[in-house]
Amino acid sequence: MFAFSQDPRARNSEAAVDASRRSFFNHSGLLLSGAAIALLAGREALAKGNASSAADVSILNTALGAEHEAVAAYQVGAESGLLQKPALDLALTFQGHHKAHVELLAKTIITLGGKPAEARKQYTFPTDTLKSQADVLRFAATLEKGAVSAYLGAVPVFGNRDLAKAAASILGDEAMHWAVLRNVLGETPVPAAFVS
Amino acid sequence: MNALWRLLLLAGAALAFSANAAPGDPDRGKLVYERCQACHALAYDRTGPRHCGLFGRRAGSVPGFAYSEAMRRSKLVWNAQTLDRFLSNPLKAVPGTSMGYAGIADRGERADLIAYLRQANGSAACGRQ
Repeated sequence: MFAFSQDPRARNSEAAVDASRRSFFNHSGLLLSGAAIALLAGREALAKGNASSAADVSILNTALGAEHEAVAAYQVGAESGLLQKPALDLALTFQGHHKAHVELLAKTIITLGGKPAEARKQYTFPTDTLKSQADVLRFAATLEKGAVSAYLGAVPVFGNRDLAKAAASILGDEAMHWAVLRNVLGETPVPAAFVS
Repeated sequence: MNALWRLLLLAGAALAFSANAAPGDPDRGKLVYERCQACHALAYDRTGPRHCGLFGRRAGSVPGFAYSEAMRRSKLVWNAQTLDRFLSNPLKAVPGTSMGYAGIADRGERADLIAYLRQANGSAACGRQ
């Protein structure tokens, strides 16, 4: 196992990742806007303070915690020295998506009157089992597949249907990550007609 | 045979089936567990708590893990029955849990998952805990 520090001062390549992230945001405003519209649909739609919105905040915060961890996991992968281009670029692009999810989820939680979960100072990852590029990509695929299932399980329990729609939008993005990672690994990209 | 008697027989058969439900398959359960891996791992805490040491553990009791108040106060002790009930609908079983997940509707899948968790708890990965 490996505990990964989230302290930005300790991360030498964080600046490069941030540059990649800025580049991503500059080129993907259209992609972001669909989810943003659904999530940040206005305060009248996201009524603060009632029991339903408190439950929604709890679901969003759990998702936010998992997204923070995904960002950290891709950082570990990027810094592992095991990823070569173009897999490295792919990992950084996917990390940028997760950072976009973090930003949007956090803003939405604030809109709902909640307090967004912060990234942990340290995360534990099974780095002792990551010896090759394929190991790193397979680990990422495992996380992405789990994220798809988590969002799938969250969609029906949101009180606010706009939030459910936005969660489905994130689900679609993470399902694409999973499929692309499987493809890079030489596995059938989309192994079944349904996800569960 | 009147309708009431047939109904009672059916209810008895259903109860017998429930009591003698086939045990879960841990190999199939390992695949079901992949759904949990956005938030959980066996040996370490993530967004959700670790699953090593799960059976017999009081809910909300992994040291250092930030549980919801609802889970800490649930007084559940994890075993096959409580896990089955929780996994079928976490938000109904423990209202206020931070596990915002609709649950696993299929009883067979829940049994498989619980069988996997039981097997994994006896594995070397959990033995090192």
